[in-house]
Amino acid sequence: MIEIRHLTRVYDGVPVVNDVSLTIGTGELAVLVGTSGSGKTTLLRMINRLVQPTSGQVLVEGVDTATLPAHLLRRRIGYAIQGHGLFPHRTVAQNIATVPRLLGWPRARIDARVDELLALFQLDPATFRNRMPHQLSGGQAQRVGVARALAAKPDLLLMDEPFGALDPLIRAKAQADLRAIQQKLGTTLILVTHDMQEAVDLGDRIAVMDGGRLLQYDHPARILTQPAAPFVRDLIGATDRPLRLLSLKTVGDLAQPGDAEGPAIPPEATLHDALAECLWTGRTALPVQGGGIVTLDALRAEARPR
Amino acid sequence: MIRRILPALAGLALLAFLISPGSFAPLFQPFTRNNAPAIYTQTSLLSLTLSHLAIVALAVAASTVAGLVLAILVTRGAGREFLPLARTVTAVGQTFPPVAVLALAVPVLGFGTGPTLVALFLYGLLPVFENALAGLSNQPAPVAEAARAMGLTPRQRLWQIDLPLALPLLLAGMRLTAVISLGTATIGSTVAARTLGEVIIAGLLSSNTAFVLQGGLVVGILAVLIHHAFQAAEVRARRRMGLD
Ligand SMILES: Nc1ncnc2c1ncn2[C@@H]1O[C@H](COP(=O)(O)OP(=O)(O)OP(=O)(O)O)[C@@H](O)[C@H]1O
Ligand SMILES: [Mg+2]
Repeated sequence: MIEIRHLTRVYDGVPVVNDVSLTIGTGELAVLVGTSGSGKTTLLRMINRLVQPTSGQVLVEGVDTATLPAHLLRRRIGYAIQGHGLFPHRTVAQNIATVPRLLGWPRARIDARVDELLALFQLDPATFRNRMPHQLSGGQAQRVGVARALAAKPDLLLMDEPFGALDPLIRAKAQADLRAIQQKLGTTLILVTHDMQEAVDLGDRIAVMDGGRLLQYDHPARILTQPAAPFVRDLIGATDRPLRLLSLKTVGDLAQPGDAEGPAIPPEATLHDALAECLWTGRTALPVQGGGIVTLDALRAEARPR
Repeated sequence: MIRRILPALAGLALLAFLISPGSFAPLFQPFTRNNAPAIYTQTSLLSLTLSHLAIVALAVAASTVAGLVLAILVTRGAGREFLPLARTVTAVGQTFPPVAVLALAVPVLGFGTGPTLVALFLYGLLPVFENALAGLSNQPAPVAEAARAMGLTPRQRLWQIDLPLALPLLLAGMRLTAVISLGTATIGSTVAARTLGEVIIAGLLSSNTAFVLQGGLVVGILAVLIHHAFQAAEVRARRRMGLD
């Protein structure tokens, strides 16, 4: 569990992070959103002490991080940044092995871990192990960067706009992979993004920042339906709200008994997908694979705040 | 291909000349007058060349260590304040004429190799220092950030990240220093250091162009070969990081 207590950072007399408190449960994925310059990166960098807080505390599993030597703390916290920051003079395998090597893992364990992570990120170990970073595509380098951050099984993973440079298709894939990997490993994750859809899709909770302050920290559905400030509502984008709400639930959640015409929709598809399918094919109900139907009326009801 | 064959040929020719200078006498005969000898035989050219190379290697090694250590010191922590000072000192070292250094060093160190080493060391400091400085300070920001975030200690960052990344530029600095020193070392012979300058000076004193020519040629070919070797190492280091 990560507890951030009254964290503040002042630059030249201006607080760029201002008295922020929030708690992230073990295995949860928290997303930080906010306009450019709102202090997201600074907040993230105070957690692994790349930036020294002016005041306030960060507790990891109840231990005040200020009491630990910074380099030892950082070996327990994975950090992935936009532009990946891979070491250009080291192979992919050596890059991924950075923290395990610092921790003195035995050779065989490191090699096994590198191959395991490469496979997890769908990079064939035999092909990619010995490549240099400049021989990777942007998306591959990004995935190696995340693999490197995860290598030593950190308790906590910090990601600063990790998917910013990826094209929409790879981005969607990378998001799905990240979510699956995070759930599989049970890693606590804090992710910064500018993309509201990404925040809603990935986050267990969303933290909205503006001018260094934390405006709201809540589940995506509540951020969407009960924005705590006009700024939060604007950030979500009022016109996209109903669709984002629909993307939070799956067809399986809403299936009801009945019969409907046409091709069936998989239960793990989102309600957003189901609505699109209804509109596109002109149907008012869709059969769900494995039984039941989902109706346009039910979808409509789900798209409104309750 | 040409880039490899030419230096190889030059190297072979040089080797043949140093092992058996006498066989090249007909080539140099046209540059002598009054039946003067065409080949310098006072001292073996091979041993002069080896001594010349040893002096240059020693001086370059000293400049490299000093320049690199200085660059490391002024790019981190409290040392940053001394950056302007270090730049001035190395620049002065480069502008101060080596001949003047020799003249000043002889009364202190006596005749021989000592003053030459000092002159070459000072003269070669600037290229290594400036290049090492550029290499250590122009690191991509995300790389430096990642190194810190992974939990590398400052010392680990220096050895594992900063120095390897600065290597191509450092090699370029060493190349400049080595080539400059190779030519400059010849003046060491004016204060009795055993360098190829001896052949050139003997030629000047006896108006024997053949001597001047062979001294100059040996130095010139050595410079080309050393330049080439450093450049090859540099290219390899750059390629590895995908810089070319
Ligand atoms: N080292 C620094 N010195 C002075 N001001 C800084 C420093 N680092 C950040 N700031 C300021 O702090 C504010 C917050 O920066 P931060 O990088 O945390 O924003 P951000 O929310 O991550 O923005 P973006 O979405 O553009 O990445 C900005 O106004 C920035 O100019
Ligand atoms: Mg940022």
